[in-house]
Amino acid sequence: MDINPARISVENLNFYYGNKQALKNINLNIFEKKVTAIIGPSGCGKSTFIRLLNRMNDLVPGGRVEGSILLDGSDINAPEADVVDIRRRVGMVFQKPNPFAKSISQNISYGLELEGSRKKDFIERKIEESLKKAALWEEVKDRLDESALGLSGGQQQRLCIARCLAVEPEVILFDEPCASLDPISTKKIEELILELKKDYTIIIVTHNMQQAARVSDYTAFMYLGELVEFGHTEKVFTVPKEKRTEEYLSGKFG
Amino acid sequence: MQNDKVPLSGKIKTAGKLKNKIVQNIGFIALFAAILITLFFLGSIIYFIASRGAGALSWEFITQGPRRAMTQGGVAPAIVGTLYLTLGAVLVALPLGLSTAIYLCEYSPGGLLVNIIRTSINNLAGVPSVVFGLFGLSVFVKLFGFGVSILSGSLTLGILILPGIISAAQEALIAVPRSIREASLALGATQWQTIRKTVLPAALPGILTGVILSIGRAAGETAPILFTAATFFSRGYPDSVFSETMALPYHIYALMTEGTHPVEQTAIAYGSSLLLLLLVLSVSAVAIYARQSQRSVYGH
Repeated sequence: MDINPARISVENLNFYYGNKQALKNINLNIFEKKVTAIIGPSGCGKSTFIRLLNRMNDLVPGGRVEGSILLDGSDINAPEADVVDIRRRVGMVFQKPNPFAKSISQNISYGLELEGSRKKDFIERKIEESLKKAALWEEVKDRLDESALGLSGGQQQRLCIARCLAVEPEVILFDEPCASLDPISTKKIEELILELKKDYTIIIVTHNMQQAARVSDYTAFMYLGELVEFGHTEKVFTVPKEKRTEEYLSGKFG
Repeated sequence: MQNDKVPLSGKIKTAGKLKNKIVQNIGFIALFAAILITLFFLGSIIYFIASRGAGALSWEFITQGPRRAMTQGGVAPAIVGTLYLTLGAVLVALPLGLSTAIYLCEYSPGGLLVNIIRTSINNLAGVPSVVFGLFGLSVFVKLFGFGVSILSGSLTLGILILPGIISAAQEALIAVPRSIREASLALGATQWQTIRKTVLPAALPGILTGVILSIGRAAGETAPILFTAATFFSRGYPDSVFSETMALPYHIYALMTEGTHPVEQTAIAYGSSLLLLLLVLSVSAVAIYARQSQRSVYGH
């Protein structure tokens, strides 16, 4: 049934903030070119989990990882693993749109210039291509040199997606990408995610259970740092195996 | 400070009470009076200096050297000297202070050692300026053998303004939102690329504010250059960093304490004071303009 291979395999993953254990023995596969949603109440560790997948939690003082996260079979936390390479392969879109205080086109070229790309026509082509993929091109093509901060929240978030696409990741992590957006912008981002899954492996953390049901192929339900249930989205939502999943989905807590 | 809001339910009830209104009005008047008193002192300083100094100002005053035992001519060498010393101090303190702030904010793991460093820097800010002068004399002038020179004076003034630059740069760096750093790192930027391309540009307005304040301080200090750079009289302009130099603050001090023509000298001292004020103001104006055009775009 799982015809697509696993891009990321998480094995016996524990994470600690100092003495506090935030993730408890997580085992999970992320399948290629599928959308995996991670749901659960606030504080369940879902954001902590997703931020481990591109090592954003390296920045957390006192953070400690146990277990392994394999990206195409190699451990991203291995001493020889290059964090820059991992973050280029595993892109991230954040909860609050966070464009740079630069022009729209500079936001996209930022990642390309880090690699040392200086060719003007290549960068221009990538800007157009990325903005088209993020469904933003038509709205901004006449004002690429204007500040990205002048865009609406929904446009800013799509710009952040375009910026992420420009460096050609294989996996994209969405950390509650619609948390600060209005319903119309949310709908656009959801449509975009469904479009992007043709080319990318996607993981989305969301508070919104309906959103998980709408966009994802697989759903993982987390509670108090544990992975309670993982499976095909329609199964998790219709016939959950675990009582806690059922209670959460029916609104008994959360 | 989100907790200091008055609960809404209480506001409507008390608004009509006469006693509260009176208390509020008295409080308001007291605060307003404080502003007026502050402005009065500021205004009277400017008026006092301007009215007594304006008479001395002339084209000759700012373009020529002093003549006839400081009773005639101008203060051009002192203007040039002050500009050199101030520029030198900023050149010393800015790279050093900015690097220190970047290290403390972006790289250091925190903990006891960093707290000790931070406390030491804050204490450095409290050291009296004449102590810096003595330090400069014994270390730069004597030990390093730079002599009484622009170099020694610039280094001494540089150390004097270092704590201010470090604190201002630290505050500016801390104010850059974490989300912006994360955006850059998530795109595969190294920490240094993130600092150089994203954090520093966002922090620039705050850093410039620190530089502006430091310029005012460095240009106006007398004690640190007393033994390290300043001379009472020089015939021409300084010709190297190892030359001693005239400087406006010291010139004012010297005119008022030495010499044999107190009446003429006092007038020149007020003229020099006015000039020093204008000089600091115009240098600051340039820096303020630079800051405004780089106005922080993240709302800080």
